[in-house]
Amino acid sequence: MMQMTGAELIVRLIERQGVRTVAGIPGGAILPLYDVLSGSESIRHVLARHEQGAGFIAQGMARVSGRPEVCFASSGPGATNLVTAIADAMLDSIPMVAITGQVPLPMIGTDAFQEVDIYGMTVPITKHNFLVRCASELLEVIPEAFRIAMSGRPGPVLVDVPKDVQNQLVCFAELPPPAVPDSLPGVDLAAIEKAARMINEAERPVLYLGGGVIHANACSLAVTLAEQAGLPTTMTLMGLGAMPVDHPLSLGMLGMHAARYTNYVLEEADLLVCVGARFDDRAIGKAAQFCPRANIVHVDIDPSELNKIKTAHVAINGDVAVVLEALLPRIKVALRKRWLSHVESLKSRFPMEMPALDDPRSHYGLVHAVAAALDDDAIITTDVGQHQMWVAQAYPLRRPRQWLTSGGLGTMGFGLPAAIGAALAAPQRTVVCFSGDGSLKMNIQELATLAEEGLNVKIVLMNNNALGLVYQQQNLFYGKRVFASRYRNAPDFCKIAEGFGIAAVDLDTARNPRAALAQALMEPGPCLIHVSVDREQFVYPMVPPGAANTEMIGG
Amino acid sequence: MIEQVADPLPQAGFAKVVLELDVNNHAGVMSHICNLFARRAFNMEGILCMPLPDPQRSRIWLLVFEDQRLEQMVLQLEKLIDVLAVRRHGAEHEVFERLEHYFR
Repeated sequence: MMQMTGAELIVRLIERQGVRTVAGIPGGAILPLYDVLSGSESIRHVLARHEQGAGFIAQGMARVSGRPEVCFASSGPGATNLVTAIADAMLDSIPMVAITGQVPLPMIGTDAFQEVDIYGMTVPITKHNFLVRCASELLEVIPEAFRIAMSGRPGPVLVDVPKDVQNQLVCFAELPPPAVPDSLPGVDLAAIEKAARMINEAERPVLYLGGGVIHANACSLAVTLAEQAGLPTTMTLMGLGAMPVDHPLSLGMLGMHAARYTNYVLEEADLLVCVGARFDDRAIGKAAQFCPRANIVHVDIDPSELNKIKTAHVAINGDVAVVLEALLPRIKVALRKRWLSHVESLKSRFPMEMPALDDPRSHYGLVHAVAAALDDDAIITTDVGQHQMWVAQAYPLRRPRQWLTSGGLGTMGFGLPAAIGAALAAPQRTVVCFSGDGSLKMNIQELATLAEEGLNVKIVLMNNNALGLVYQQQNLFYGKRVFASRYRNAPDFCKIAEGFGIAAVDLDTARNPRAALAQALMEPGPCLIHVSVDREQFVYPMVPPGAANTEMIGG
Repeated sequence: MIEQVADPLPQAGFAKVVLELDVNNHAGVMSHICNLFARRAFNMEGILCMPLPDPQRSRIWLLVFEDQRLEQMVLQLEKLIDVLAVRRHGAEHEVFERLEHYFR
């Protein structure tokens, strides 16, 4: 028989699960766990400066590795600070296991110091959650948490462990085996036959790829499908990188900030093949007017996504890779000259406009200059706002897991800690975090974590001293009544970075900004690259919220 | 400009549906189920829950209105880890009717 405390059991089980880095912040109710963690030979702990940062560091690791990663927080405010990062993981289907300390069992329900019902609070934002009432339950709960996080559609799982349960001794015969994902569901061959027939018979088909293609490691299969069937292919924000954006069949991103031609192509489609995407409102605009002429084939691992927003003519529940493998042999090779040349003509008539591309101090020019200084090995993270959309529009994303962005929840403050996580998971790669001044300030304390870890993260800060996308919407849709979206004070971000011990380069004052940028990106270690951008530059084209995708403004 | 203006909430249809759920019996299952209905703005008219003879399991009976989102709600229920099975019955099912006596 083996004997361990609950805390030891948790650490042994996550070690056996293959977790090598954990991000977190200790506090009273999780100290037994940290005490054991201090002796772990295989797990490295990264001390974040705010639990939301720890949650996004874990997410950054998971988005790069594709495996569930772990964050720790104490009870009460430690746990509530994780909430945003957990909700973000839920909406973007990121596998993550959050372990929180809780007040001792007899004190639960007494409004004890730092007691909060994090179990109740995370019910709607986790795939599943647990409140562990006895240390022996951990033998089941921890592997189960990992199994749930990585099976089917991935997502976050929270395990709340009272302090006395962490200290409780438990006897058991042997440790359970590490969790493995559930086996993949079988596929409905009749539906696949029907989908293949629809693709083969369509005249104006479009392939619509979402983040599910990346989660399923099915990008090369999706590209093969596009090439074999001659399908122009658009990607959601979460799907970017599934097909190289400069592939001849790529239409880039669809939706609110898509190029005009992309939304026009979708308008004309007679068949939409949606793979691992969920018809989000930012992607499809007004649902009733999206792809009005198209039949829909929808492939998703999550049965509740099928027919949720748009009714599919063929709905296939299954793993994207398995379905595509079954579909490919049934797809005829098609050149589709007429449709593809029509797509080309739309593209040349309504291209993505990127003014001032040659100026590395303009927003599009900066994105291009960064891309020109790097290769496809680099990982790109973003915060949320105008800069995020400019990068999504202009960065030549060419491979899956190259692009980490907060899609569903749209969390400002995501970029820096996610970049730290990415660099921890892939230390050999350069990680660039594009950010805005509004977003960066939401998790700026993680500059301390970054400096301490000395990771190869470059923050490219587009500073317009405003909440740019709010400012843009007030200008476009609220009669230019600009309110609460411009900052009156302008912090010196270079000094802030230097105060945290991070090198800073200001392109505003650089004599040769392009060379200064390239040099900053090449130098190993963390660096903040600051560029002032014009507040009057808006993200175009733009579909007004609630409008059909064809009703674009600008661009 | 296009403004997003809320449509009036769709009037629930009159047809009632009874859902029968087999679930794991532990603290928190009820909160998962009630929360799912609340956060998807799907009204629940009645709920009944008791443990089964096998103490590991409970049964939950839900009384809901049939509307076009019911299919989606059932799919969401089936995704919950602690929900083992969902069965649909028509309004003629007597489980809630026999309780009406207590609600006069």
